[in-house]
Amino acid sequence: MTTSTASAMRLKESALKADRAILNHTLPAGEPYLLAFDKGQTLRIVDLEGNQAVDVIFYNANDPAEHYSATETLLRQGGIYLTTDSVLYSDEGNAMLTIVADTCGRHDTLGGACAAESNTVRYALQKKFMHSCRDNYLIALQEADLGLGKADLVPNVNFFMNVPVTADGQLTFADGVSAPGKYVELRAEMDILMLVSNCPQLNNPCNAYNPTPAQFLLWDPV
Amino acid sequence: MNANIPTTADAVDAIEHWRSFAPELTGEDVLFSELVPGGGHWSYALPRGTTLRMTALEDGANLSVVLYSAKEKLERYNMPDSLKAQHTAHYSKGHVLMSDMGRSLASITDDTVGWHDPLGLLLDDRRMGEKYGEHRYQEFRNGMSRSGRSGLLIEIGKYGLGKRDLVAPVNFFSKVTVDEEGRFAFVPNHSKAGDHVDLRLDMDVILAFSTAPHPLDPSPAYNGKKVGLALWRSGIAPKDDFCRTFRPENARALHNSDMLYLA
Repeated sequence: MTTSTASAMRLKESALKADRAILNHTLPAGEPYLLAFDKGQTLRIVDLEGNQAVDVIFYNANDPAEHYSATETLLRQGGIYLTTDSVLYSDEGNAMLTIVADTCGRHDTLGGACAAESNTVRYALQKKFMHSCRDNYLIALQEADLGLGKADLVPNVNFFMNVPVTADGQLTFADGVSAPGKYVELRAEMDILMLVSNCPQLNNPCNAYNPTPAQFLLWDPV
Repeated sequence: MNANIPTTADAVDAIEHWRSFAPELTGEDVLFSELVPGGGHWSYALPRGTTLRMTALEDGANLSVVLYSAKEKLERYNMPDSLKAQHTAHYSKGHVLMSDMGRSLASITDDTVGWHDPLGLLLDDRRMGEKYGEHRYQEFRNGMSRSGRSGLLIEIGKYGLGKRDLVAPVNFFSKVTVDEEGRFAFVPNHSKAGDHVDLRLDMDVILAFSTAPHPLDPSPAYNGKKVGLALWRSGIAPKDDFCRTFRPENARALHNSDMLYLA
């Protein structure tokens, strides 16, 4: 049932040391990334230069038809923001990952990923040839050829992005709560396939109009 | 009578339900109508240029709706794209429901409620069992409860769509607010009997719905509420359409829909 984990920002630092990580990958601005990791491993995502939206969808690595579900996650925690102790659930109601550390404090679940088509709606018809997260997702899935396609591009997590809902029902894009070096850490509760777009959006302030790199570190269970 | 519908023989029980809950519609324009029990589910292929009148027949109704393009089912309603393009976390008159391809699938052209919940929360079997206990067919016959998720899965399954295709629905007639900390608050009995909302189809769509209770409804009993539906021939969005002029984003989404129907 609904728990109280929706409330407030819960800032928590990690004790994990970078030199013990088994993977340390810097993802340049605007690029996709597909990474599999195992149940029990801990993944850290670092906003290296601040105010970068990192758009992520998680799949069950053993059955990618099962995916992160924004609505199941929100319903279970009774609210919209992700922070320390938030559990990310799948559309099957299974726990996928737990946020075990977070120095940013708030991550978005409602803003989704940008696409060429939605850019024509949000900004102007002539924006359609600009780069977008969905292009990144689609090329990563096409190249990997795993049987996943556009239908599997479900509402994603926007790490480091702040999209508050107001009491009168408006959706706002507020100034980033993130800053250079802020990170979020997730422990996998099942074997995970992670699809990332390091957001190339140049039309809105989610990246401060300047997309920047993100860093990924992975640790085995201690 | 509508010219596209032949006069039916008496043997067909196509009752004009709309006369009881939407008498202001006209007989020439109404294409069909339906009385939906609480906990019910159904789906339709609906053509562009028609409007679905949805009327709450009891206080506290909830109508969960998902939309797919009938031409290309890979194109479907997208909650985040719709919310961020319109900077909204509620739906009312003027808002449009956008697909992942930047088109308006449907527009809200009339509304007596003022707030419909777009956050996509859906009752599933696990939560239904925890909240209301088991209500199996063996003991309850047609009083068996079906979760909103199961109802929608059955409906989209009729078109070859599966679990991974089930998108976050719009919960018409329900209201969920979000506080400063991000927490949900459900407003009980938000819609009243007689409230209605009109959804104009801007593309040929597959529309599936469930009238199972909202998952945040605090009622201790599974109380699905009745809803009336009537489809009428309204015509496509004119140039000076309220939804088109509501926001520039909506004008572009409707333009993108128009570009699908050039012939």
